[in-house]
Amino acid sequence: MITLDGVHKSFGANRVLRGVNLTIPTGESMVIIGGSGTGKSVLLKCILGLVHPDSGTIAVDGKDAGTAARDAFLARFGMLFQGGALFDSLPVWQNVAFRLLRGSLKRPKAEARDIAIDKLRRVGLKPETADLFPAELSGGMQKRVGLARAIAAEPEIIFFDEPTTGLDPIMAGVINELIREIVTEMGATAMAITHDMSSVRAIADHVAMLHDGIIQWTGPVSEMDATSDPYVQQFINGRAEGPIEAVR
Amino acid sequence: MSVTRLLARLGRQVLAALAAIGRVAIFAVEAVSHLLRPPFYLKEFWQAVLHIGYFSLPMVGMTALFTGGALALQIYAGGARFSAESVVPSIVAIGMARELGPVLGGLMVAARVASSIAAEIGTMKVTEQIDALTTLSTHPMKYLTMPRVLAATLSVPVLVAVGDSIGIFGGYLVGVNRLGFNGATYLQNTRDFLEFWDIASGLWKGAAFGFIVAVMGCYHGMHSGRGAQGVGRATKSAVVSASVLILATNYLLTEVFFSA
Repeated sequence: MITLDGVHKSFGANRVLRGVNLTIPTGESMVIIGGSGTGKSVLLKCILGLVHPDSGTIAVDGKDAGTAARDAFLARFGMLFQGGALFDSLPVWQNVAFRLLRGSLKRPKAEARDIAIDKLRRVGLKPETADLFPAELSGGMQKRVGLARAIAAEPEIIFFDEPTTGLDPIMAGVINELIREIVTEMGATAMAITHDMSSVRAIADHVAMLHDGIIQWTGPVSEMDATSDPYVQQFINGRAEGPIEAVR
Repeated sequence: MSVTRLLARLGRQVLAALAAIGRVAIFAVEAVSHLLRPPFYLKEFWQAVLHIGYFSLPMVGMTALFTGGALALQIYAGGARFSAESVVPSIVAIGMARELGPVLGGLMVAARVASSIAAEIGTMKVTEQIDALTTLSTHPMKYLTMPRVLAATLSVPVLVAVGDSIGIFGGYLVGVNRLGFNGATYLQNTRDFLEFWDIASGLWKGAAFGFIVAVMGCYHGMHSGRGAQGVGRATKSAVVSASVLILATNYLLTEVFFSA
């Protein structure tokens, strides 16, 4: 279970997070929605320790994320980055097996390659893809490779940062379905941040809406459409009028 | 009032410069500290040796060849004013080994390597590859910075040694073919006047310059701003700061090595 309690983060005068309280139960898939620049990525990076919160606590299974042993802590996570964040200098299979080729999870090279090819197959890519370089792949294939890398070491918790950004609607649907299938079959705790409502409906068990640095609403995805919360209603219906100020 | 404002602005700039020096120093110390703590990424180290050292050989070699030749012509022309043309072989050798080999080699490596390191790491930063490294339990300083710093510190002295040899050979070619020196006498003069410390001091300078080049490339890459403009600015800053630091360090090391 991931618990955030009163998390604050500012960049200079810009107060991005102003007291975020959120609980993500083990094995659940939580999707954080919110407009661009509302601090969704910052929130995710705070949990991973890539950004240090100014105050508040973040705990994973009751252990403070700030004081946990870094390697053991990060070994529990997999992450799919918005742009894939694949390493240009490495072929696809070494990207996927990166964690398996070094550090505490190191395996023999042949075994790591077999696992990488297996994970590539799981995300719908052929074994021939393994020896290509990221620059030779389309945007959709890069997302799939990023997803294969995120699940390569069988993490307990998987984060998805804008998983469908930059993809056409059909490819976005394919990636959403893949994420849902993989999270379900692995039994992993998942947290995704997105402003793509099709992703929300495909991936989420629970939804939380981040606005003005706090969680404005949270609840099961089945209750999202029926909620009377004006922030959620404006966001999910894409209305220019409402409590969320839209810059024209 | 305007004087106060001027002084305040000056003070802010001095403080900003001191803060930048402090940040670079802390970065350099952290990079060195990773040399002493496992894990070590040997594959990345050898790749860095290849990129920084081996692939810089043609550029450093060409620079040294033409510099050695030009140096021979200048010394001959200058020496002719007081009938000292015979000093050409010894001055070319000493000049290349002590100063021109390490300084020009360092500057050429700064242009080629500091820029490419800053651009590569800067691009990795803006495309979240550095964050990805961290989430994959790999310390970016250990994986990206340490292999490059170690490779540059060890490779540039080798480049300087090769550059010295080629520079002296350039002087020999011009001396023998253009200025009428006897080949055997030219080489004998070079051997007689060149001392061990002339060469060793240049190699130590090369190690210092290699360290500077890699640290400045990595530092500016890691602190790159967003987008293409941010990476471009990081690349430019890496080359400029590495070049200026090489020239300043060269003066300091010359004072340390050769002041009476």
